[in-house]
Amino acid sequence: MGTEVGLGHFLVVSAILLVLGIFGIFLNRKNVIIILMSVELILLAVNLNLVAFSAALGDLVGQVFAMFVLTVAAAEAAIGLAIVVIYFRNRGSIQVEDVNLMKG
Amino acid sequence: MIATIAFYVFSVILLASAAMVVSSRNPVHSVLFLILSFFNAAALFLIAGAEFLAMILLIVYVGAVAVLFLFVVMMLDIDFAELRSGFQRYLPVGATVGAVLFIELALVLGGWKFAPDATALRLSPVPAQVSNTAALGRLLYTDYVFLFQAAGLLLLVAMIGAIVLTLRDRKTSRHQSTRSQTERTVAETLELVSISVGAGVKETGIFGPKVAEPEAVAETHGGGQRGH
Amino acid sequence: MIYAVAVFAPLLGSLVSGLLGRSIGDRAAMAVSVLCMLVAAALGPLACFQLVSGETDAGTVSLGTWVEAGHFHVSWALRYDVLAAAMVAMVTFVAMLIHVYSIGYMAHDQFPRYRFFAYLSLFTFSMLMLVTADNLLQLFFGWEGVGLCSYLLIGYWYDRPSANAAAIKAFIVNRIGDLAFAVGVALVFVKFGSIEFSTIFPAIAQHQSDTYSVLGGTFPAFEVIGVLLFIGAMGKSAQIGLHVWLPDAMEGPTPVSALIHAATMVTAGVFLVARMSPLYEFAPFALGMVTFIGATTALFAATIGCVQNDIKRVIAYSTCSQLGYMFTAAGVGAFQVSIFHLMTHAFFKALLFLSAGSVIHAVSDEQDMRKMGGLARLIPWTCVVMWIGSLALAGIPPFAGYYSKDAIIAAAYASGTGIGMYGFICTVLAAFLTAFYSWRLLIMTFHGRSRVDHHVLEHVHESPPVMIVPLLFLATGAVIAGKLLAPLFIGDDWQAFWNGSIFNAPTNHVLADLETVPAWAEMAPLVFGLAGIALAYVMYMAFPLLPMQLATKFRGIYLFLLNKWYFDELYDAIFVQPTIRLSRMLWQTGDATLIDGVPNGLAELAVDGSRQAVKIQTGSLAVYAFVMLIGVVLLVGIFLVSR
Repeated sequence: MGTEVGLGHFLVVSAILLVLGIFGIFLNRKNVIIILMSVELILLAVNLNLVAFSAALGDLVGQVFAMFVLTVAAAEAAIGLAIVVIYFRNRGSIQVEDVNLMKG
Repeated sequence: MIATIAFYVFSVILLASAAMVVSSRNPVHSVLFLILSFFNAAALFLIAGAEFLAMILLIVYVGAVAVLFLFVVMMLDIDFAELRSGFQRYLPVGATVGAVLFIELALVLGGWKFAPDATALRLSPVPAQVSNTAALGRLLYTDYVFLFQAAGLLLLVAMIGAIVLTLRDRKTSRHQSTRSQTERTVAETLELVSISVGAGVKETGIFGPKVAEPEAVAETHGGGQRGH
Repeated sequence: MIYAVAVFAPLLGSLVSGLLGRSIGDRAAMAVSVLCMLVAAALGPLACFQLVSGETDAGTVSLGTWVEAGHFHVSWALRYDVLAAAMVAMVTFVAMLIHVYSIGYMAHDQFPRYRFFAYLSLFTFSMLMLVTADNLLQLFFGWEGVGLCSYLLIGYWYDRPSANAAAIKAFIVNRIGDLAFAVGVALVFVKFGSIEFSTIFPAIAQHQSDTYSVLGGTFPAFEVIGVLLFIGAMGKSAQIGLHVWLPDAMEGPTPVSALIHAATMVTAGVFLVARMSPLYEFAPFALGMVTFIGATTALFAATIGCVQNDIKRVIAYSTCSQLGYMFTAAGVGAFQVSIFHLMTHAFFKALLFLSAGSVIHAVSDEQDMRKMGGLARLIPWTCVVMWIGSLALAGIPPFAGYYSKDAIIAAAYASGTGIGMYGFICTVLAAFLTAFYSWRLLIMTFHGRSRVDHHVLEHVHESPPVMIVPLLFLATGAVIAGKLLAPLFIGDDWQAFWNGSIFNAPTNHVLADLETVPAWAEMAPLVFGLAGIALAYVMYMAFPLLPMQLATKFRGIYLFLLNKWYFDELYDAIFVQPTIRLSRMLWQTGDATLIDGVPNGLAELAVDGSRQAVKIQTGSLAVYAFVMLIGVVLLVGIFLVSR
């Protein structure tokens, strides 16, 4: 790595963020909301990646796509939290292990 | 020079706060750390030259999504005490898988390079003399207008979905059901009875109409054969 | 052409009665089928008379093609010659009388009657197809048709398990014979290239020295064919070995026994041998076998008939015995005599069966003769016709049986061969036994002290006219048929009469030699017959306790005869039980365990597998997310490796 911040730096950061988000998903047994937040982290990593490439290539499409990802992330966070809310209403707990009504 | 230092500072704080998000004991702390991550990510976007996106990140992610998270975390009555057990059990496996993933990513990205004519293949090159916002606007409302509309629809559906999922009907609300009102038939509301002259309510055995309503009204008064 | 109409009219009656019987009702169905039978009974004898008197010529009535497969050509055609026409006349007439009789006999039956008449008419049609067949396949069609109708009619009262068992027994035992028959037909086709009579018979001389190798030995082809076809005839005509179905067939209604098991179906075997006479004349070993089996059956069945207590069983064994007589005559080359006896036998045997039915009807469905007796005054008409039938059966002149039966015995003597002498001895002894059991039946049923239960005695009544009138017709036939038909069938002009429909080899002089039989041989059957009658009188009228004393003294022989020489038990042990055991083993082990085990095992496997697989569905979000992650890692790894 040189003193100049290049594409590679951004990509490394984005990769570590991704791994941290994934880490958070399955490490977390006690709180469904943390899982949702980890998903947001993953999406953030993806956004970072897109923007980095857009800057490197000088192509605006990356930023347009990042905006759409942002939109979807927001929608998904809203729905996910709504589900968590009513799940909590019905079951009284948001422990991940209790969310097993789909057991075969 | 400044850019480099800024980059490193922001990325370090970003990664540190992301780590704190997943490992924090208190969910409220997790949300706050998430907000910090978003701020730093916005800064990184600014360094990369996507200022519009950075601002949008702050407005949408921090201002809406993270606040929503905060609402929900505070609304749900979570017992903090039993939340931390079991963490250590999954650490080795998770760490291994994470490490593997990271190595794979590194391999992929390390051995990757731009194609020679990548520059020529750009879909929408950055126009000069125009601010980032204006450029994005020009692109979004012309070439990608359908996707834009679809995104709008998606947000509409998400909004409706969230409302529908969480709406609770209060059973004590006295609202009209216009449908049942208009579908009412004569047989449900009116019954003609023949009453002999001079008979009262008790003699005829009519103590109330057959439909169960709080204020019961006798169909006919005693002594009359005329119904209204 | 009236011949074809006579053959197909019963089919029409059967179809209307069977298919429309439920909608048009019993009476209409009966009326239609009886009407069709009346038409057939009018036209059948008319066609025969026309042929015999020379008005029309013999030939074939072609009805169309049946099978066209390479070299194998079979067509539907009715053969119009004396043998077939005479059979048609007899079958239609007797069947018509039995249809009329059934109107009265089945009047109080539990089942709707249209079914009975449909089956009866279908049977008549099948029998007519059999006798008018122009080729072996059509004959087999009629053969199988009568077998089917026999099954349907024996098991007519299908709510009785014994009737169902008897029907299946008849069908299966016939099947054994039919197998040999079918193989015989195939061999005919192999040797002659065709199975049409008009092609085979002229070609007999060419194929005389053909041989056929089977079971390690080489035999003359005609012998093999003859033996095979005769085994089929044995099954159909209840000869010894394949006779076990005939007594059980008495489970069916009495008109059925009269029509099928006396006059028509069982005579199909005799008809077959007579029809194939051109071939049999050149198969001396087969003919010898025919005589041997026939004579043995005649004696064997007569011995059993002497001790049976069921009135219908006695007559059934009598039929079996008389069929043996017919085969004896056919085996010594006197086919014409056997057909003559077939005709007279049809009359008096049907008469005997139907009058037995009248007796049974009178004593409220009691069939055991030990519970009858002294009925002569109460049912006089039935008594008289039964006496006439028995006189004809025993061969007392001038009744019908005298002419035909004595001709058979004389032919057996006149053949001059060793097997012919064996036939002569057996038939004479059987004549003695025939007279004996016939008078035993008459005395036990009609005369002597009444052993009838007094409740039944109150209801004893003569049968209605619709049942008596056919009996009178048959009685007339039993009286005059012999005297009338003897000159035609076996008289001096027999060759002109038969006109080639029955073939006699040049070396066959039996019919001519009938005249040269010595007087003692001619009188022997009559003498033995009268002796039998006398013995029956002594044992059952004069000294009624004698039979019981004899039965107790010779208990072994008595039981041996009563149990039909233990044939049923023998077959049960040799064939039935092992088959049942084998079937049970194949069912329980083979089918249920092994064959069913495969799909069931696969299903079990699938269920168990899915039960194990469903454990992946933990329902836990974290596990699902983790699995997704693993998937991603794997995919990236694969991408890396393959690049």
